[in-house]
Amino acid sequence: MSALLSRTVSTDSAAPPTAVSDPQGTAAMPVSFEALGRSFSSKAGTHTVLRDVSFDIQAGEIVALLGPSGCGKSTLLRAVAGLDAPSTGTVSIDGTAVSGIDSRCAVAFQEPRLLPWKSIASNVAVGVPSGADAARRRHVVKNLLELVGLSKFAGHRPREISGGMAQRASLARALARNPAVLLLDEPFGALDALTRITMQDLLLDVHAAEPTTVLLVTHDVDEALQLADRIILLGSDGTDTPGCTIVRTVNVPGPRPRDRASSELAGLRSSLLASLGVDGH
Amino acid sequence: MTNLGNPGATGNSVFPTTTEGFSAMGVTTLTPGAPAPGSRPAQVSTNNGSRWSNGWVKLGLGMILPALILLAWQLSTAAGLFSPVQLPSPRAVFEAGTELISRNELFSHVAISTQRVLLGFLAGAALGVSLGALVGLSKIAEVLLGPTIGALRAVPSLAWVPLLILWMKIGEDSKVTLIVIGAFFPVFTTVSLALRHVDKNLVEAARAFGLQGLKLLTTVQLPAVVPAIFSGLRLALAQAWLFLVAAELIASSMGLGFLLTDSQNNGRTDRLLLAIVLLAVLGKATDALLGLAEKWAVRRWS
Ligand SMILES: Nc1ncnc2c1ncn2[C@@H]1O[C@H](COP(=O)(O)OP(=O)(O)OP(=O)(O)O)[C@@H](O)[C@H]1O
Ligand SMILES: [Mg+2]
Repeated sequence: MSALLSRTVSTDSAAPPTAVSDPQGTAAMPVSFEALGRSFSSKAGTHTVLRDVSFDIQAGEIVALLGPSGCGKSTLLRAVAGLDAPSTGTVSIDGTAVSGIDSRCAVAFQEPRLLPWKSIASNVAVGVPSGADAARRRHVVKNLLELVGLSKFAGHRPREISGGMAQRASLARALARNPAVLLLDEPFGALDALTRITMQDLLLDVHAAEPTTVLLVTHDVDEALQLADRIILLGSDGTDTPGCTIVRTVNVPGPRPRDRASSELAGLRSSLLASLGVDGH
Repeated sequence: MTNLGNPGATGNSVFPTTTEGFSAMGVTTLTPGAPAPGSRPAQVSTNNGSRWSNGWVKLGLGMILPALILLAWQLSTAAGLFSPVQLPSPRAVFEAGTELISRNELFSHVAISTQRVLLGFLAGAALGVSLGALVGLSKIAEVLLGPTIGALRAVPSLAWVPLLILWMKIGEDSKVTLIVIGAFFPVFTTVSLALRHVDKNLVEAARAFGLQGLKLLTTVQLPAVVPAIFSGLRLALAQAWLFLVAAELIASSMGLGFLLTDSQNNGRTDRLLLAIVLLAVLGKATDALLGLAEKWAVRRWS
C-alpha cells in the first residue's frame, strides 16, 4: 500500500485518513467475468464447481462474494489472480484476459500462508513490489505493520503470533503490493468481533485513501453489508445442472461508513440470510 | 600376510565395524554414525532443549563406552592375550603416534586426508544441492535426468576407481573426484525428494507475490527443506570419509588410507590402529561440527 495511513488499530480516530500520495500508485482497474466455469476432473468423474458466472466490477468498486461453503468462492478468486485457469469463459482485468499469475492483483488467502522462517516484517516485505528500493521497502512495511496493529510483533515469527494476527499480517502483505485489484478471501475470519470491526474500518480507510478494486469473500452477511457496494450471492440455482452460479446480486444502499443498526440494512440482512437458507428471524 | 579382519575375539568393536564399512561401501552405507563406530552415544541429538550443562553431561555419558573399550583393550593386552602383531597395547599405539609426529609425518597424513575430504564433500554437496533442486522442481529434468542418475548411483563406488585412475592418473584429482561422487548422492537424493513435498500453499502464495525461478527457490523452496538438506549433508560427510579411505587404500603415497595399507604391508599393527582411531576421531569431529551448523540452521529456518 502506498497510501499510508496514520491511524492504527488501537487508535480510534474519526479523522479522515491521511494518505501519503504515491506517484507510482497503481490505479484501480475494472474486472469482468464472462461465462466463467470451472470443473475438476478426477477418476470419479467431473466435478463442476462453477458455471456461467458473468458479472462486471467497476474500477474502485468493493464487491462481496457470499455463498455456502464449497460453492467455489475461493476458486473464483484464484481465477482472477491467475492462480487457476477457468475451464470455460474468461476473467479480464482492465480489458485484458488473465492468463497466468497476474501482477495487477494481490491476494490475502483464506489461510495466512506466511513463511514460517521469516519475521512478520519480512513476510510483509514479500508483498512489496520487487522494483522498490530497500529504504522504501522498510518504510512501507513499517507503516503497514502499524496500520494493522502489529508493530510490536515486527520481529516475531508467524508461529509466535495468534491466528488473527497472522491473518492481519497476510492482509498487510497484500496491501503492500498496492494492487489494482485486491482479492480478499475471508480476511477477517479468524478475528474476534472487536478486532474484526476495527479491521473492517481500516479496510474502508485504506480504500478511501487509495480506491482500489476489491473482491472480498466472506461468510458474514453483516460484513458484506458494511463493506461492499455490491453483494454477489453464489449458490445452486435450483435446476438440475451441477455447479454454482450467481443466484442474486444486491446493491447495498448508502455511503460508507454505514450505520450498523440501520433498519434498511436489517431488512436486507434477513433477506440475504433467507437466500443463504438461514432463517433470518 | 597380516589380515585386516578381526584378529581376536574380545572387546574390539573398532575392527569389525570399520571393515564392514569398507566392504559395504558403495552399496548401502547410508548410516549416519558410520564414521565414528563406538562413539555413537556421544552424538548429541537435535533436541533443542539441551542446555550447556546438559550437553556436557551427554558428552560425558557418551565417553563411557569408549573408555570401557580402552580399558578392555589395555587389560587384554597387558594380560598377554594377544601378540603385539595381532593387537598392540594402547600405549604402543600412542607411541606410534608420537613417533610419527616427531618424524613430521602424522600431521601431513591427517592434513592431506582432511583436505581431500573437505574438497570432495564441498563440491559433491554443491552439486547435489543444485542437481537435486533441478530434478526435484522440474518435471522435465526429472524425466530426462532421473533414470541416468539412478543408474549411476547403482554403480558400486569402488568400480569407479580404475576408471578414475585411468582418466586422471593417480593424483589428487582422481581421489577428490571419487569423494565428490560419494558425497553427491546422499545430498542429491534427500534434496530432490524433499523439494517435492514443500507446502504447495506457501509456494503458490509466493508465486502470487511475483516470486519465481531462482528467487522462489532461495526464498521459499530451499529454506523449507533445510532440515532435509542437513540430513543429506551429514550422510554425505560420512560417505566422504568412507570414499577417502577407498581412494587412499588403492592408490596413494600419503594420507590415512595410505597409512593403513603401508602399516599392513610392514606389519605395523600399532600404526594401523592409530590410523583407525584417527579416522574415527576425525569423522566424529567433522560430523559434530556439521551437527552444530545443522542445529543453528534448523532453528533459523523453521
Ligand atoms: N484443485 C482442486 N482439485 C479438485 N477439486 C477442487 C480443487 N480446488 C477446489 N476444488 C473443489 O472446488 C469446490 C469449491 O472449492 P472452494 O475452495 O472454491 O470453495 P469455497 O466456496 O471457497 O468454500 P469455503 O467457503 O469453505 O472456503 C470444492 O468442492 C473443492 O473440492
Ligand atoms: Mg474458500
